[in-house]
Amino acid sequence: MKFTIEVGRYNPEGKYAEDAKQGAPYPAPWSSAPARRYQTYEVDLPEHAVVLDALIEIREYQDESVAVRCACRSAICGSCAMWVNGHAHLACKSKLKDFTKDGKTRVEAPPSMPVIRDLVWDMKPFWENHRRVTPWLENKPLPPPMKEYIVSNDSMEELIQEVTCISCGCCLMDCESFAVNKDFMGPHALAKAYRYAADPRDAQTQERLGDYSKHGGVWDCTHCFECVQQCPKGVEPLEQILKLRRMAVNAGYTKNAGTRHADAFAESVKHSGRLNELTLLPKSVGLFNVFGQLATLPSAINMIRAGKLPPIIHKTIPGVNRIKAIFDKVGGRFK
Amino acid sequence: MKVAFHPGCVSKGACPELYVSATKIAGSLGLELQELTEAPCTGAGVLSEQNPELGDSLNALTLAMAESMGGTLMTICSTCQGVLSSVNHGFEKKPERLEKANATIQDQGYTYKGTTKVKHLLWLLFEDIGVEKLKSAIKRKLTGLKIAPFYGCYILRPTDALGLKERPERKTYLEQLIELLGAERVEYTGSGKCCGFPMLTFNRDKSLSMGGNHILEAKDKGADALVTPCPLCHLNLDGQQPDAALALSKPIDTPIFHLPQLLGLAFGFSPQELRLDHHVVSTKRALEKVELKV
Repeated sequence: MKFTIEVGRYNPEGKYAEDAKQGAPYPAPWSSAPARRYQTYEVDLPEHAVVLDALIEIREYQDESVAVRCACRSAICGSCAMWVNGHAHLACKSKLKDFTKDGKTRVEAPPSMPVIRDLVWDMKPFWENHRRVTPWLENKPLPPPMKEYIVSNDSMEELIQEVTCISCGCCLMDCESFAVNKDFMGPHALAKAYRYAADPRDAQTQERLGDYSKHGGVWDCTHCFECVQQCPKGVEPLEQILKLRRMAVNAGYTKNAGTRHADAFAESVKHSGRLNELTLLPKSVGLFNVFGQLATLPSAINMIRAGKLPPIIHKTIPGVNRIKAIFDKVGGRFK
Repeated sequence: MKVAFHPGCVSKGACPELYVSATKIAGSLGLELQELTEAPCTGAGVLSEQNPELGDSLNALTLAMAESMGGTLMTICSTCQGVLSSVNHGFEKKPERLEKANATIQDQGYTYKGTTKVKHLLWLLFEDIGVEKLKSAIKRKLTGLKIAPFYGCYILRPTDALGLKERPERKTYLEQLIELLGAERVEYTGSGKCCGFPMLTFNRDKSLSMGGNHILEAKDKGADALVTPCPLCHLNLDGQQPDAALALSKPIDTPIFHLPQLLGLAFGFSPQELRLDHHVVSTKRALEKVELKV
């Protein structure tokens, strides 16, 4: 079967290469993706062939200058993660047939990452962020008789999902927060962070949750589900980030916009059944945060001028007592 | 066709133009909307993030109300759609979750059997109302208008909860619709990306640049306007657009239409009837392309 492959090539003349230099800022997000050169190849492969088969075919028999990183070819080493038709995928797990769009398959390095050459992108931001979450257990003292720390099956089952991560970087390369915010730890690192924070043997959970609640941590995730969608191993990093948020709030790390937002949200829904947009934003920003409030003022004025001010008198839905009763029963800290 | 209708908080709050235009176009499509006036906010993922059981119970109540009214629940918000779809999917996969939620809402006289189908207006158009009916409602082709689609995350991801694996065409409805209405569709990479709204209060600058980047890309590709089925995206893309332009130090000035507003224009309603004069970013220049005035 004939397949057409467009390979995003290293362009030493372009901004693309300059940005890959050590110490330089990472390239801008994809909306302003720097110019890159695409080279087209034709390959003849069986119907069941994957993208990586095509790339190896090209490198071995057509153009030895194409740089591609791969190892296991079985979706377990994570080396061949790249952009296939504009999204993060493992080249060895993506069937050409399924990824042929308008008669071709486009492969390239992710624009939100520095590039070493062609399809080989620099994992530096991945590992730097990974290290930021202290990705190891800080052991608790052994319980008597001091032989080993035995954990229950249940507590480990809770962590299986995060343990299956193969560090391929698919989640990070499609992470929309990371694309605009290089301070964000990233879905891969926070999924790993949950794996240690929720481990019953860890002695540093409280400190970890404090660290993860700071700037660049759990609250800088934009909740877009890209990482859940792109992870080839079902780690669902966003779900782990949400669990960390919950753990952090329950551990007392509540002096942040995330917690204020959730609290204001819950209060409004509990008492009226619906969201009070008029008070949600100021309460989330923090009523005594003068600079924060001032920053939102121009957009508030714009909204008022357009006649988009939410009703000053916030209406309650009929039957709100039902909602209150539900909050009273299962509201937890929102009771 | 009779459907239960959950308008969502934003269409009753900061985006009243969405509610008005949705109820207007429903008539043209033969949709009889039975509004769930007693249904609570879905929690937009914020409540279930802190308390999954609370999220399940509140949404089970809404789903049970819709179930007793025929079983099809229409949303006009990608976020409401995403949350209700996820809860429904969770109930199906883990019946113990449904059982728990039912134990809570039974005190209020409701039980959810698990049969409600939650469908955004965008899905209803193609799957229940049908293209023929839609075509027959068109009175004015939007020829000459270049529109870029903007879906909003929660109507696209996660795909399993939204039934996109069984119906992958749901990822292309906006593009199809733009063409059906006679407008020209603009292709760009941002159509399925995040508008930045969920991060607005946590990291304002980054949120603004996220949304602003997508509009700029669409504009660069020639878009006169964007269309979105999500009012939260609208709040960030339209409401915050002047601030996003400041954050990116680039002029943007590209109007954002709600899905029912675009439909309404093609169905012959005036821009005023669709409250297109109540946007932060003026819709004037885009409307002039189809010889309409605000």
